Amino acid sequence: MEDGRMRVKCNFSGDQKFLENGRCVSKLESMGFRVGQGLIERFTKDTPRFKDELDVMKFICKDFWTSVFKKQIDNLRTNHQGIYVLQDNKFRLLTHLSAGKQYLEHAPKFLAFTCGLVRGALSNLGVKSIVTAEVSVMPACKFQVMIQKM
Amino acid sequence: MHIKFKNYKLKLLHTSLDVVEEKISGVGKALADQRELYLGLLYPTEDYKVYGYVTNSKVKFVIVVDSSNTSLRDNEIRSMFRKLHNSFTDVMCNPFYNPGDPIQSKAFDSIVSTMMVQAC
Repeated sequence: MEDGRMRVKCNFSGDQKFLENGRCVSKLESMGFRVGQGLIERFTKDTPRFKDELDVMKFICKDFWTSVFKKQIDNLRTNHQGIYVLQDNKFRLLTHLSAGKQYLEHAPKFLAFTCGLVRGALSNLGVKSIVTAEVSVMPACKFQVMIQKM
Repeated sequence: MHIKFKNYKLKLLHTSLDVVEEKISGVGKALADQRELYLGLLYPTEDYKVYGYVTNSKVKFVIVVDSSNTSLRDNEIRSMFRKLHNSFTDVMCNPFYNPGDPIQSKAFDSIVSTMMVQAC
């Protein structure tokens, strides 16, 4: 159950603070996972059955993202071998932070829950995955989904 | 006699789950509508009729009806499945419910009981 881990790009001072932060981020991710499971049940209640994995990812990028964040994913890329990159150029949870380098190191805290959300949604659709996120330029971010073969 | 009857029902359920798997895997002959959630009559036995329904989240609902009950129409079964799906979605959204656990929600139980009473 706890396979998805949030890989963060950040630097902290002090090991204690680092460990504590890591635990909190993991906790956020697992909360997101449970919420994602419930949300996907509600969102797919009236939709027709999905054809394949790509169909599922497109649903996440369009319908799911719109229902949660009121906008779609701006760019979906895949290598057709189980890796998908979802790019959101104006991620809702980062737009209230000022753009620029000042809060870049704190950005991952705002992404953990969403990583779990995506992982939970995919899990209930029968897709096991690991979801990570990275921010290079605020408020744009990329979510990387790695499909795990069951 | 009573145990034999219970085993028969379990066997019936297991076989019907196999039929559900077969239908959703899409192998073999072309299926009516692959995109629909309702699967229809899975197979009739001499005593019971079994209907299936699979959600997008791969949760399978099975309704077993007495063969002597001829008054239940297809669209009534469909609406029963929709009610089940709706109430299952509510259970799923309950943060205190752990997916995979047996359902203990009173609301869910009362919906199921009401449906069973109506069908008889």
